[in-house]
Amino acid sequence: MTTDIGALLRRHGLLLGFGVFLLGVALSADAFLSPGNILDVLRQVSITGVMAVGVTFVVITGRLDLSIGSMLTLLTVIVVDQHNSVGPLLAILITLGAGVLIGAVNGALVGLVGLNALIVTLAMLSFLQGLVLFYSGGSNVNVENAQTTWFAVFGRKSLLGIPVPVLIFLVTAIIGAFVLNRTVFGRQVFATGGNGTASRFSGIATPWVVFWSYVISGLTTAIAAIIMGSRVMGAQNTIGQGYELTVLAGVILGGTSLLGGAGSVWRTVLGITMLGFIQNGLLLLGFPYYVQWLVTWAVIIAAVWIDLGAKRGRILA
Amino acid sequence: MSTDPILTVSGITKTFPGVTALDNVSFDIRRGEVHALVGENGAGKSTLMKVLAGLHQPDGGQILHRGQPVSVQSPLEARQMGILLIHQELSLSPELSVAENIYLGAWPTNALGVLNKRKLRRDARAALEALGCGFGPDRRVGTLSVAMQQMVEIARSQAFSADVVIFDEPTASLTDTEKDQLFATIRELRGQGVGIVYISHKMDEIFELTDRITVLRDGTVQGTVTTADTDSTAITRMMIGRTLEAYFHKAEIAFGAETLRVEGLGLDGQFDDVSFAVRQGEVLGLYGLVGAGRSEMVETIFGVRRADRGRLIWQGREIPLPTPRQAIDLGMALVPESRKEQGLVLMMGGLDNTTLPHLSSYATATVMDRGREMQVFDRYRKALAIKTTGPDQPVSTLSGGNQQKFVLAKWLCADPRLIILDEPTRGIDVGSKSAIHELIAELAGRGLAVIVISSEMPEVLGVSHRILAMAEGRLVGEFEGDAMTEENLIDAVSHHLANPAAQ
Repeated sequence: MTTDIGALLRRHGLLLGFGVFLLGVALSADAFLSPGNILDVLRQVSITGVMAVGVTFVVITGRLDLSIGSMLTLLTVIVVDQHNSVGPLLAILITLGAGVLIGAVNGALVGLVGLNALIVTLAMLSFLQGLVLFYSGGSNVNVENAQTTWFAVFGRKSLLGIPVPVLIFLVTAIIGAFVLNRTVFGRQVFATGGNGTASRFSGIATPWVVFWSYVISGLTTAIAAIIMGSRVMGAQNTIGQGYELTVLAGVILGGTSLLGGAGSVWRTVLGITMLGFIQNGLLLLGFPYYVQWLVTWAVIIAAVWIDLGAKRGRILA
Repeated sequence: MSTDPILTVSGITKTFPGVTALDNVSFDIRRGEVHALVGENGAGKSTLMKVLAGLHQPDGGQILHRGQPVSVQSPLEARQMGILLIHQELSLSPELSVAENIYLGAWPTNALGVLNKRKLRRDARAALEALGCGFGPDRRVGTLSVAMQQMVEIARSQAFSADVVIFDEPTASLTDTEKDQLFATIRELRGQGVGIVYISHKMDEIFELTDRITVLRDGTVQGTVTTADTDSTAITRMMIGRTLEAYFHKAEIAFGAETLRVEGLGLDGQFDDVSFAVRQGEVLGLYGLVGAGRSEMVETIFGVRRADRGRLIWQGREIPLPTPRQAIDLGMALVPESRKEQGLVLMMGGLDNTTLPHLSSYATATVMDRGREMQVFDRYRKALAIKTTGPDQPVSTLSGGNQQKFVLAKWLCADPRLIILDEPTRGIDVGSKSAIHELIAELAGRGLAVIVISSEMPEVLGVSHRILAMAEGRLVGEFEGDAMTEENLIDAVSHHLANPAAQ
């Protein structure tokens, strides 16, 4: 029984720890558990949440995608700008296509060529930030008919009292979980991350599994960009800055292993939502907004450390 | 050569969890001799070397150096005592200079801890000149050839006045000329009175260079002999051993049509000119020492490696060299050599591992059908008597024998036409071993073509209808019926190793 509790703590200790923290916040700040505040937090995490669903695939293959911050900026700029020129429907299609294309470039370089995922996606982060300025000419873009366009539905409207972005997050997570847990491709994602060599010996084309995982990550980032563009009805040149690490923190807080082979979409949903509540709770307790960066750092270090520590059975190298 | 031992190893025992790597090992190295240490992979050579070099601490026994008992705690300490290990993979820092590498970890410093570069260079130059090296102490090591880098390591013997130098497979990546230079250097060291341990798989080198040979098998010393009094056949026999007490069933059936014919298959640097055929119902044994290229060859047939040349004829029709996916879809199965690295996804359960090569067969419109997966999992858990708590118990927590049964299950469940088993019983318990031997006979009885790779002589003799011998990437003999004897196999393999030129 003691070993069961030990294993449980190793696996979910981080989540439990933050659960206790949130309980503390709830007791000391009345507003925290008000329905308005909860919906607010859910609306805020829906953008990072949608992205995190896609990144979960990449992380389970044992890779990383750090390009999604700039990708979110670029795709938000594109959806807003194209909305002004070709209308909402085409703008959405172009944005989804662009997300898939960027994901495919990442996937080709990491999966098919075999370059280091960290370097490839970090370089893509820089490249896409440059592309944003190239595309926008350095100025912010805004939706011209913000008050009348049906494009507002994705970020600003609610259905049965639930914000549409939250519904999109939920649907993305349901589809993501289904693909990962129930399909041939999902099984191949786990196998590739768990043991790439054994997967090749089992006839799995692991380079292509990695490729398609990055495409999924690009696609979910495009969906997130549509929500973002709709909510803001505009895009600044830095709108997605830092999102890559927030998303990564949520994914690994949920318990998806950076070493690959293990993880789950629902755990990611839990991790990213909890991260949102932590940041909200800190604001309610009177901490300045930038404390969220420190929290992201702490979550990443703690999660990676616990993950590695559990693998090798001790804390220090 | 004097008979005065410089290093005496007596009764060394070293156990790792579940394995006794060294069991009461004793031998000695004399001043001015080259002493060969041979044995199959896993015989305990590298563990013994790591004990001598201070990388492992023995559980029992004693090491006497110059007559004094010593306890070696680290490689640097071993080096300062005068025991130097020249690794198979060189342990140099390519960005540092030759001089800095020779004294790596023991750089001369002044009272303030500042590096004394002048002394470093002067001492290094002396060490290099003593061995007749054609390069100076200031060259960056990364710019040197492999052979020259090896000389840098050997130069440490001069720098630290080593009296015991251990070479681990030193000629693995050398050309013939470089090898001759290395041998000249080793003889130079011998002339200085250094005791040399020479580890190699290559019989011709051992007989050219060494004075005595110690043979290790399964962690025990099989004997130490004077090189001049023995030959490669006797040594091979000592390495492999002769235990024929195991019992095998061999299916006696008429063979059917050819399942696979291989013609002129070659992969540069691994094997070449491999041609053979295997028929329905036949168990074809593939015998050879480790490193003969057997695994590489079957991995190439299966498409995990891409062949440089050769043709495959599958059930009478020539096929393009396949990818693993295509090979599986044709009806080939490969149970690979390394269960944990190539055979299984350890963190997955038995069910996921079983269906992994055939996911599409258990899916409707790409959605996995868990019910059908459960059926096949249950069927093979019963048929192979696999001990597991359920379909999701991670296979990492199972015993070696049960893990191997899941590797077999994942290939048998698709009903293959050809199954290749690479060392199928390595590292598993006796009970699972004989279960696998029976399974091999049963599969052949059902009309499958079976290829079994094994380094264990009794196993390959026991299960096969026909045996191919392989050495250094070539097929060197084919034996059938009464010609399938231990003597013939040893002869084929060792003659080839003794004169690789006489192919």
